[in-house]
Amino acid sequence: MDLYKDRNASDTLIRKISEISKDLGEIKLCHVCGTHEHVITHYGIRALLPENIQVVSGPGCPVCVTTQGEIEAAVKVAEKGAIVTTYGDMIRVPSKRSLSDAKASGLDIRLVYSINDSINLAISNPNKKIVHFAIGFETTCPTTAVAVLNSPDNFFVLSAHRVVPPAMDLLLSSGKINLSGFIDPGHVSTIIGTKPYEPISKKFHVPQVICGFEPNDVLMGIYLLVKQIKEKRAEVENEYVRGVRTEGNTKAQKLMEKVFEPCDIRWRGFPVIPESGLSLKSEFSNKDAYKEFNIEIEDIPEEKGCSCPEVLRAEKIPSECPLFGNICTPQSPRGPCMVSREGACYISFKYEKSFR
Amino acid sequence: MCLAVPGKVIEIKDSVGIVDFNGIKREVRLDLVDVIIGDYVIVHTGFAIEKMDEREALESLEIWKELLKAQEDF
Repeated sequence: MDLYKDRNASDTLIRKISEISKDLGEIKLCHVCGTHEHVITHYGIRALLPENIQVVSGPGCPVCVTTQGEIEAAVKVAEKGAIVTTYGDMIRVPSKRSLSDAKASGLDIRLVYSINDSINLAISNPNKKIVHFAIGFETTCPTTAVAVLNSPDNFFVLSAHRVVPPAMDLLLSSGKINLSGFIDPGHVSTIIGTKPYEPISKKFHVPQVICGFEPNDVLMGIYLLVKQIKEKRAEVENEYVRGVRTEGNTKAQKLMEKVFEPCDIRWRGFPVIPESGLSLKSEFSNKDAYKEFNIEIEDIPEEKGCSCPEVLRAEKIPSECPLFGNICTPQSPRGPCMVSREGACYISFKYEKSFR
Repeated sequence: MCLAVPGKVIEIKDSVGIVDFNGIKREVRLDLVDVIIGDYVIVHTGFAIEKMDEREALESLEIWKELLKAQEDF
């Protein structure tokens, strides 16, 4: 809809944000979605905001938060003769052994657009085992649940799925960053609705607004957040009502609950976050690649010098990393945030110098 | 990764539909939504993850109407 991109509406929103925020001191807002980072940077939104409002990027890129241990597990599965499929950027993420290096060494690792492509691969290769390395947040988890329930016997899932709210809780619990509000992820919320965020607002007295993905969606979200800060409210509001129902997609939630159970899992840049991962329930162990191939997730230390952990924890912006733009570039990435098209470093490198 | 785009359902066969994204037509799985031909859906990695609800979308315009009114006031 044009309104969501209309320049006059943007100007009005920016004016309203400036008026309402002028006596509020330093305001630090955090989003947790790679697509939001893309919109914010692509449209130069940071440069349009008043000096006292900063928008930082949190752990919103599933590719970036997948650990080296999980990537190594996918390589081991391929070494055991399976065809491994996964989504786009995951292949290039640097690791002890990246998937692209493993592919170059002759292992059968394939990029898919949809888990449905992997199911079709399993149907057309009945004598091979097909393993989908399933990354992604709540937006993607239900599609994996559908695949677990509707696929041939030679199809398996290596789950690296994660859920967002526990990571948001951890960001605030760490006490390292002083956040004034969250821009909540739009399509994660399409699935989970508004309720799972409410405990965070109550616990930390922090406002949240679920936002869509046009520039004026984000500006409206920032306006609503600043308005909440001004009025000393800490609620979960939904700006993206055309894509998010209050209750979320209950059909998708039921499928997720049927197939997955929460597990404690480490995120790249984070310690183990309780109940932030999703593993297959024991009744679906015949679909679980960790069990089928008898593989455990190794604990592999992060590379030294790369600031991706701090960038993912919203403690640094990309240009504060000593490797950014010189040693680490999209052509020669040292960390996941420079690989993924939704990584903060990649987006910053591609579009702008206005990060502040 | 959580990128999703809206399109219009133009055919349905069991749990698979054809969705028109501004002229580009693609197969999309419909397991996660209840839709009929003509509905608009949000599509992520080949799955429709939600039906776009026009009524709710119009209600959402309340805050936008307020905004446009403010624009006129300037």
